Amino acid sequence: MSMEVTAQNFEANAAKALRDPNLRKAMGIISGPMASRRVETARELPEFEALRDEGVKIKNHVLQHIDLYLEKFEQQLTARGGKLHWCRTPREARETVLALCRSRDAKIVTKGKSMVTEEIGLNDFLLEHGITPVETDLGEYIIQLAHEPPSHIIGPALHKTREQIADLFEEHHPDYELNGKKAGTRSTEPQVLVTEARSVLRDTYFRADVGITGANFLIAETGATVIVTNEGNGDLTQSLPKMHIAVSSIEKVIPTLEDLSTILRVLARSATGQEMSCYTTLSCGPKRAEDIDGPEEFHVVLVDNGRSEMLGTALQPLLRCIRCGACMNNCPVYHSVGGHAYGWVYPGPIGAALDPHMIGLETARHLPNASTFCGKCEEVCPMRIPLPDIMRHWRELAHEQQITPPLQRWGIEAWAFAAKHPWLYRLGARVAIAALKLLGKDKGRIASLPLASGWTDGRDFPAPQSADTFMSQYKKRSH
Amino acid sequence: MSSSRDRIFATLRAGLKHTVDDPARPAAVAERIASHPRNLLPQRAQLPHAEQVALFTAKVEALTVTVDSVAGVADVPGRIADYLARHNLPSRLRVAPDPLLQSLPWSERPMLQIDYGGGRSQDLVSVTPAFAAIAETGTLMLQSSSTTPTTLHFVPDHHIVVLKESQVTGTLEEAFQRLRDKLAKSDKDWVENWPRTVNFVTGPSRTADIEGVPVLGAHGPRRLHIVLIADGA
Repeated sequence: MSMEVTAQNFEANAAKALRDPNLRKAMGIISGPMASRRVETARELPEFEALRDEGVKIKNHVLQHIDLYLEKFEQQLTARGGKLHWCRTPREARETVLALCRSRDAKIVTKGKSMVTEEIGLNDFLLEHGITPVETDLGEYIIQLAHEPPSHIIGPALHKTREQIADLFEEHHPDYELNGKKAGTRSTEPQVLVTEARSVLRDTYFRADVGITGANFLIAETGATVIVTNEGNGDLTQSLPKMHIAVSSIEKVIPTLEDLSTILRVLARSATGQEMSCYTTLSCGPKRAEDIDGPEEFHVVLVDNGRSEMLGTALQPLLRCIRCGACMNNCPVYHSVGGHAYGWVYPGPIGAALDPHMIGLETARHLPNASTFCGKCEEVCPMRIPLPDIMRHWRELAHEQQITPPLQRWGIEAWAFAAKHPWLYRLGARVAIAALKLLGKDKGRIASLPLASGWTDGRDFPAPQSADTFMSQYKKRSH
Repeated sequence: MSSSRDRIFATLRAGLKHTVDDPARPAAVAERIASHPRNLLPQRAQLPHAEQVALFTAKVEALTVTVDSVAGVADVPGRIADYLARHNLPSRLRVAPDPLLQSLPWSERPMLQIDYGGGRSQDLVSVTPAFAAIAETGTLMLQSSSTTPTTLHFVPDHHIVVLKESQVTGTLEEAFQRLRDKLAKSDKDWVENWPRTVNFVTGPSRTADIEGVPVLGAHGPRRLHIVLIADGA
């Protein structure tokens, strides 16, 4: 019972998204300012490209020794008084977190932003068992009120307009009154809305029995987990309650503090175009005996969920991903359909490459096709993950396993046969050109074409200007 | 039935294929941890110390952090009182019970109410030391300890950091090394003394979760103020 999957409906989801005017506005923010901030801060650091190479080197080194680094991490975490819980499946992870919460008689748990907890469907599970999870990252809080999944891995509510957020706050904070904003009055100013969420959540941080965060990195050298945030909610979540649970996944382990320093230089720049995110926090074990504050217990729930199976396969480079979101910020398909159309936790190019492995190729078969192969995702990926190659790998596999619809498969096979027999290909091209020229008549364009309504419904198809094939025109000109 | 841990490791080791039993692997991992080599360091902060301080100040100011440079520790209470007056704040401070901060001549400012301890919901202004500062990005490095509670860095609306110029370093790597050196001074290995929390703070709390519009003061401090004590003071 992980997050509800709608990836199998990608085509319908996308068609719906394309007609949504609010989404058009939201996507303009991602394709505009968010993408350009990355370019600007990268330009201000002459070593940026070289640092990407260093990051790739670190991650590749880790993947060659991942078992040993995980053992080292476990050993150090345990020596500092933390406890590591290994979980192969989402179900095991949910049950581990629930048991930990119950050991504290928890009623309310605060949550910092964590994509792995989305992956394992933690919130619904806790609710079903009488525990109230409260998302404290502003974007996560907004979509929790709206009962929606995140649409972007670092800006989960970027698909929402300020008007929609004001509506949600009016509905859920009927008694809110502060700083001149009277109960029942409405503002759509981001500053006012942020202040409202801040005051509403303040008390919850202090009341929570358990704080759950994710972890961007696990440092083998010290046994520390690392969160990288901007709002400060993750730090309040993990420093005020008696128990801190960090839910993370096995590929997040890195060797040393020096390696962390290098990867941080590319992470924030790629994600939000900042040089450093506001808060980078290393957490190592529970509070020490002499400390004034901090949690009494520190648990790391380490989720596999199929990641270990990717090692040594064509998917291995995906284990380098640091979840910055640059691939979606720069993807023309994501800009058109938004994150929800992808129908699972990870949208955009990273989702198109990763989701087929995690939820099955049959279910996610459309996602690797949701690409123009423009290559922008690979170009901006700080970890230089060959995302188009991996999508191509899935397309080939879908074809081989006959997951692709028969008509499409036969079409490709017919084309492949013709391409291998030049005389047949030329004959086909000649017939097609003549037919298209006839259809275009004198107008030079075709308003509707059988089997190509996907194109002609939206725009005309250009008719060929000459009845000759490229090869015959080429031959004439070379004389 | 084998444990999840065993099964995860078995799958990982299968994925490593023929390299899994390479005796060089454990040695490579042990060596990397022991020597923790630095990767490429950007040129930006490879500067004489005075220029690192100037770079740090420029970087934090670009993030809306205010910096008040003082000649010596004796000036700190007065400057903090000025800050409170400037922002129309009550004269109550929640202060980290740190030796440097406790030694400040607070009594010269009898209007200030000084209260030592961790962050509580009613605290509006905190005063804390920092462990180091990083010029490259305008970042403060703070650690938890018996005298520096982490909650003071996040709960109050205003966070005032008392920093000495000598604490400014160039890079994250140098700051980490300073912490290792400090922790190694006792009888144990540095890693055994590693604190529960190390915070890197780069500017005040912010969010862009509503339509990508940057807004300060999401959940952590709305304002970050640094009182910077000159070297040799």
